[in-house]
Amino acid sequence: MLRIRNLHASIDDKQILRGINLEIKAGEVHAIMGPNGSGKSTLASVLAGRSNFEVTEGSVEFMGNDLLELSPEDRAREGMFLAFQYPVEIPGVSTTNFIKAAVNETRKYRGHEHLDAVAFLKMMKEKMKLVQIDQSLLSRSLNEGFSGGEKKRNEIFQMAMLEPRLAILDETDSGLDIDALRIVANGVNQTRNKDNAFLLVTHYQRLLDYIVPDHVHVLYKGRIVKSGTRELALELEEKGYDFIKAEFESAEQA
Amino acid sequence: MDIQRRPQYNQQVMSKEVLDFFSDIHAARKSHPALAAFSEKAIHDFRCLGIPPVKHEEWKYTHVSKLFRNDLLCHAGTPKLSPSDIDPYRLPGHDTASELVFVNGVYDQTLSILRHREEDVEILPLWKAAEGPHAEFISKNLGHSASYHPDGINALNGAFASDGVFIMAKKGKSIVQPVYIYHVADSRNGFVFLQPRVLVHVEAAAQLQIAEQYISLGGNESFTNEVFELVAGQDAVVDYYKIQDEGRLANHVGTTHIRQTGKCLTNAVTITLSGALIRNNLNMIMEAEHGESHLYGLYLLNDRTHADNHTIVDNMQPHCFSNELYKGVMDDESEGVFNGKIFVRKDAQKTNAYQTNKNILVGAKSSAYTKPQLEIFADDVKCSHGCTIGQLDDEALFYLRARGISEKNAKSLLLHAFAVDILKNIKPEPLRRHVDRLISNRLEFNF
Repeated sequence: MLRIRNLHASIDDKQILRGINLEIKAGEVHAIMGPNGSGKSTLASVLAGRSNFEVTEGSVEFMGNDLLELSPEDRAREGMFLAFQYPVEIPGVSTTNFIKAAVNETRKYRGHEHLDAVAFLKMMKEKMKLVQIDQSLLSRSLNEGFSGGEKKRNEIFQMAMLEPRLAILDETDSGLDIDALRIVANGVNQTRNKDNAFLLVTHYQRLLDYIVPDHVHVLYKGRIVKSGTRELALELEEKGYDFIKAEFESAEQA
Repeated sequence: MDIQRRPQYNQQVMSKEVLDFFSDIHAARKSHPALAAFSEKAIHDFRCLGIPPVKHEEWKYTHVSKLFRNDLLCHAGTPKLSPSDIDPYRLPGHDTASELVFVNGVYDQTLSILRHREEDVEILPLWKAAEGPHAEFISKNLGHSASYHPDGINALNGAFASDGVFIMAKKGKSIVQPVYIYHVADSRNGFVFLQPRVLVHVEAAAQLQIAEQYISLGGNESFTNEVFELVAGQDAVVDYYKIQDEGRLANHVGTTHIRQTGKCLTNAVTITLSGALIRNNLNMIMEAEHGESHLYGLYLLNDRTHADNHTIVDNMQPHCFSNELYKGVMDDESEGVFNGKIFVRKDAQKTNAYQTNKNILVGAKSSAYTKPQLEIFADDVKCSHGCTIGQLDDEALFYLRARGISEKNAKSLLLHAFAVDILKNIKPEPLRRHVDRLISNRLEFNF
């Protein structure tokens, strides 16, 4: 589904990603962990098409397309979804209208019929249950005045509505209390199937107590320095990132 | 304190030909006797005061003098129109409203349809009101705006006051149906200038809604120079709407002068969508204690439209409240200007006055000028002002696009959201929907 080869990216001439290699297949859940400043969020941003990052080397293939050639909206329509670390507040745009526009533009792109108001409402009701989000929240302006947890739940709700092939969750767990974390994880687990995939970007292991990943990668200084299974996350939790740093530095010197 | 200044423009911007041209037209139109003295003084003031020069602080972004050139000295006159000429432009809900029609600045009784009962709203040609029972009110109140705009432009309009209209909402009447005023600029036979005059009296405890709209017929340039004066009495409620969506060649200088002579509530919403050179003066003169006023404006400009909103809120007595919000979106090579003056006079303690102006520049060659101006002479007041000029938020754009919404639609979604803030202050639903449609069409917003 997604094949990243030797990806290098920079912002304002500062090199952040220095050769990422990663392959994600349908039905898989990958977790990317790493200390602050390792490039986790940059990777998520580059994949979603944020324009302030410049890809200097490497390639990304998504569903057989050259991802880097696509506009952010076409990436989304091809089935990529980024749950934002900091969802943007947009006064004056109702959440419902925004999601309706997003769903229908995506459907149009894929050659599906426009969803009428009744069908859209029915779909919304179903997905609302999934993330336990309240109707009153959705009739408000997009994220305006939402609490941190409400914003993150709204991201998962949008994910459920858009039914992406690959969902990237950029530190969706940060700042969530345990109940909200459970709701978010539940949303992911319920939408997980053999045809879609997830990339969880996280600093902490605790999200992985609720969403069990198939692969765990550790990002450090813009490269994946270690890959493993769920046990790697537990080891990181126990030993902290320092042992990775130490391992990496000694390997560099050798 | 020197709020009502009387500058004279020593620099004579207009040529003798221009002065004589207007004097001749004024003489030819023959003011009605009841208003003869008023209009004689006005044409005299016009000749003495002149037009603000380019360098004048109040007019430095809006070069109105270019509309008083020798080569524009022609006047297509006042054609006879039929109701079907107006039909495409009637505002929604017109079938229960009173519709007043001005053709090239002259109130046209035959085209106008008065649907209010006379015991609720009285509507008369201004000259007729001036010779009848309203003579005293008119002599006291007509021309009050000149003290705030001591210039030849305001005076020039006064020279044609005979062609105006008088509207009176009767004491204690809550009038649900609005009064619509259509200003038709028929330039099919060449350049036209219009000098429409409106005087409104909203008596004590009366409620009235008035909307003005501007219509261009024909493809030549036009210049509307309007003076709209309104006097609101104790406990009156006034809603005033100005909708400017004229032709690309329509120039406009308009003064809306609203006086609160008793404790009352007055609201004004100004929507500017197109035109050539536009200057809107809006004055809220709060002469009584505990008055409340709201001023809203939206200018959504493209092409080479220049729109300048100058507002004055004059707090003369204690305990008044005013709130002002103007928003602008400038595309292409358009220019938006906002100047908001708040005066708080010495006696006006406990004044609450707020002002905000926000601008978004969309066009690479567009520009915005904004200037809040507070002059406070009392010491126990709450006043605030803020203004911004910026671009669409990149992060918000990216967020929308990352959900599959095209860049074009994301922009129109954000701009529509920005504008809707003002629209919600248009209270009559059909009118609000109408303006929303105009804005949505402009932004190609269809969700």
